Amino acid sequence: MGPVLLAIATSAAILLPVVIFVVVITVAMVKRGEMSMRGEVHEPSVATAPAKAGAVPRRAFLSWMGVAWTAFAASMVATATATGRFMFPNVLFEPPTTFKAGSPDELQTGQVDERFKQKFGVWLVKDNDVQTGAFGIYALSTVCTHLGCTPDWLPSAQKFKCPCHGSGYYKNGINFEGPTPRPLERFAISRADDGQILVDKSAKFQYEKGQWADPRSFLKL
Amino acid sequence: MAKIIQLIKDRFQSVSPAKIGQAIQQTQLYRSVFRVGVPDTDRKRMLVMLGSVFLHLHPVKVRKSGIRMRYTWCMGGITFFLFLVLTFTGLLLMFYYRPTLEYAYADIIDLREQVPLGIMREIHRWGAHAMVIAVWLHMFRVFMTGSYKPPREFNWNVGVILLVLTLLLSFTGYLLPWDQLAMWAITVGSNMARATPIAGHEGPLASMVRLGDISLVNNASDARFALLGGRFVGEGALLRFYVLHCVGLPLVAGFLMAIHFWRIRRDGGISGPL
Repeated sequence: MGPVLLAIATSAAILLPVVIFVVVITVAMVKRGEMSMRGEVHEPSVATAPAKAGAVPRRAFLSWMGVAWTAFAASMVATATATGRFMFPNVLFEPPTTFKAGSPDELQTGQVDERFKQKFGVWLVKDNDVQTGAFGIYALSTVCTHLGCTPDWLPSAQKFKCPCHGSGYYKNGINFEGPTPRPLERFAISRADDGQILVDKSAKFQYEKGQWADPRSFLKL
Repeated sequence: MAKIIQLIKDRFQSVSPAKIGQAIQQTQLYRSVFRVGVPDTDRKRMLVMLGSVFLHLHPVKVRKSGIRMRYTWCMGGITFFLFLVLTFTGLLLMFYYRPTLEYAYADIIDLREQVPLGIMREIHRWGAHAMVIAVWLHMFRVFMTGSYKPPREFNWNVGVILLVLTLLLSFTGYLLPWDQLAMWAITVGSNMARATPIAGHEGPLASMVRLGDISLVNNASDARFALLGGRFVGEGALLRFYVLHCVGLPLVAGFLMAIHFWRIRRDGGISGPL
């Protein structure tokens, strides 16, 4: 029922002022004798012809036109508003920002897990923390911190290598070559109630700001 | 102190809305946009109609008979207005609709249920129905008032092509929701192309187009195949109809409309006896 009412209200907001505009202008012009609904036309032009008895005087005609143009402007504003709103969809078909990534036991120590790269843009790594040396799992963003391409994990070279401009990162996400100015970002990682890894992409942690010390950026095992 | 106040007073006494307006009109920015000033004589007003890209299709002067509603019904204008509405709403729909077997129907449902202003597709559909009706009424009026007679006979023919284009736009748009109604309507409709003389494989004379034993016009090489991009209404037909509906046909229609409107003026103006 809601969408139907909204649709009716919207079309009324757009159409009504247009109708008012057309009706007011038509009535005013007919009354002034500038337009005829019956087909007969008065020549020469109205400007020189004597005004008909009971015709709308010039000043009143102008204020009628004011009403008409106000209604027209209102309909234009309503149309622009409706169009703007149309460009912001209510439902997105994107993967959720928070997802479960299976049991920590499924990951092998020292390996980069690429299962969630394609859909969620996340690498899971089970290794020691670069700062504290604690053992656990961290979730790295697959977005290159140079210009936003997606790097590849090269197992033989043990590094993330960006194909766009050659930026390189160690397995822990720290940059060491190429034009990139800073390390890869981490996402918030924790345990769900059922023991699975829970990655929350809405919270990110940057090494150069000291945020990797935040316990939410590292899942201790 | 009093001197300074007097100085400021003098400064601001010379400022008035009229002078600000004049100052704006003397800037290079304003002059680059509005090259000639306010058209304050009849001659200048006529030149505006000739020189403005927005107004040059419009006649310099309109006869009083041209606004007699009973005579024209304003049907041509209403048709053009509906074309603009359909272009605008169609453009908006293109932001959400994907012409593939996987997404087409789902996107139509999504446009109704989830996207803001579910009325948008309905405006497009109602507008399309209204445009077909308005075009017929316009043609009926032109016929009844004898406005197809020389020197307007060329414009009548342009109008007939525009009528066909309107019907083709309606036909191609009908497939895009990709529901059962659309599928079978286009299946039935495009089957008519089988019977095209020579170019349709079931049409008259088609069997005569052959090289020895090989028939050159078969169900994979005839007019219907070209229309559908396949032997039945499928992925190819959907994409083909989408491109025709959104780009091909509107481009041709827009081109012919420009000629149509221009010829109204060249052939003696709107709706009056010559």
